Amino acid sequence: MTSPRFDIVHFSLNRHGQPVLDDVSFYVDPGEIVCLLGPSGGGKSSLLRCLNRLTEPPPQTIYLDGQDVTAMDVLALRRRVGMVFQQVALFPGTVADNIAYGPGLQGQIVPSAEIVRLLALADLPEELTARDSQELSGGQAQRVALARALATGPAAMLLDEPTSALDPAATRNVESTMLKLRQSLGLTVLWVTHDPEQARRVADRVYLLVNGRIEDEGTPDHLFRPGSQHLTAVFAAGELGGARS
Amino acid sequence: MTGTTLLSELPRILAALFLVVLAAGVSRWQHLDLEKQMLVAVVRAFIQLTLIGYALNLIFAADNPAAILLILAVMTSIASYTSGKRGEGTPHATRVAALAITFGAALTLGLLVGLRVFTFSAQQIIPIAGMVIGNSMNVCSLVMRRMKDEIKGRQLEIETALALGATRQQAVRPHLKTALQSGMMPIVDSTKTVGLIQLPGAMTGMILAGASPLEAVQLQMIVMYMLIGAAALTGLAAAWLSYRQFFTASHQLVAA
Repeated sequence: MTSPRFDIVHFSLNRHGQPVLDDVSFYVDPGEIVCLLGPSGGGKSSLLRCLNRLTEPPPQTIYLDGQDVTAMDVLALRRRVGMVFQQVALFPGTVADNIAYGPGLQGQIVPSAEIVRLLALADLPEELTARDSQELSGGQAQRVALARALATGPAAMLLDEPTSALDPAATRNVESTMLKLRQSLGLTVLWVTHDPEQARRVADRVYLLVNGRIEDEGTPDHLFRPGSQHLTAVFAAGELGGARS
Repeated sequence: MTGTTLLSELPRILAALFLVVLAAGVSRWQHLDLEKQMLVAVVRAFIQLTLIGYALNLIFAADNPAAILLILAVMTSIASYTSGKRGEGTPHATRVAALAITFGAALTLGLLVGLRVFTFSAQQIIPIAGMVIGNSMNVCSLVMRRMKDEIKGRQLEIETALALGATRQQAVRPHLKTALQSGMMPIVDSTKTVGLIQLPGAMTGMILAGASPLEAVQLQMIVMYMLIGAAALTGLAAAWLSYRQFFTASHQLVAA
């Protein structure tokens, strides 16, 4: 499957009558890793959930390869656009059971060679196949979640703070796995993070989302270069308060 | 039976009331502050049971199918309202309860009459319906409550499943199973131990009224089996109808 392009066009979102996102527009090119960076509670996750319609977006605001996602078959959309959450929920059973879950919903049986291949994509050893899903470290669990999401053969991935519950070493491992995956599978990735250093390490381009608006954008090199006056650099230095500057 | 009046048993009722006086004494002595509530309960029980006694007397005497159906409708409405209250937190809880209880009770009673286990007479149908509807109400409350708790507590698992392309039904399946099990467990357990731990109400009543124990146990078997059936039908309907209140047609979890 060829990697798709996302277009988010004049996207606004209210929650309990309060605006969460206000006229947000941006794009993700095929095969690109784009980070949506910003302080916690800024509506980043709410936006991400609209891309695979876990939350219904307003019509004609989110396009996948030029097609309005609200007009697409929702289950096909979710198989095409995988998602990894901040908190990992592995289903009861073995690691293999978890990886086979998505294809199993369609009545497909995943051969063990394919399980091993998916584990390898997530940089996990074959021995983990028969392991109980509740007996994994945080980093392992998150990478099993990644392998599980890859099992349905998505062309794009939505990552919702996938490393914020992990220690620094596990965080780096997940990052390098994602970078490798983008190389090998050509996935289009939209990565939500509150960590500027992470955005700097993984992103091709960064959008800074503050108080529901995109306040800054560019490549990490551009945004974070020494002496940068960009708001992203201000946020990275911890000098951006909750209020709009 | 129609010749009996309430007053004929008044001495025995008053004698039983002595036990309530005893309980009130304990409450007073231990400062439980339950005396007032006990008084209210005793008076309410007297009034409610007296009224229903005379009402049933009239209905049994008339034995009119329309009157029977009206009574069943009233019983179902009260059960639905009560169960709907228990199901608070589930959108349209009362509607869900009404549909589930009506479905479970109507199908069970229909089968019992259709298979000629009971006749459609006031004297048989009304007490039987009371047991079936009361039992369905309890199952419905338990299932709705557990379904809601499961969905709210397992939001992450459910949305993970949805994100992997599961339909709402696939995503909720393990939680639906848990809710149904918890709703049906009490009646299954009490059926398993019936006669070993306690003699159930219908059987006790028959024996006190002078029927032979063998007659009483036969009726009790019918009662237990019908209650299991009604529990399964009501529970299934309650679980199905209530989980759907938490999802959109586009397989999105809402209102959780």
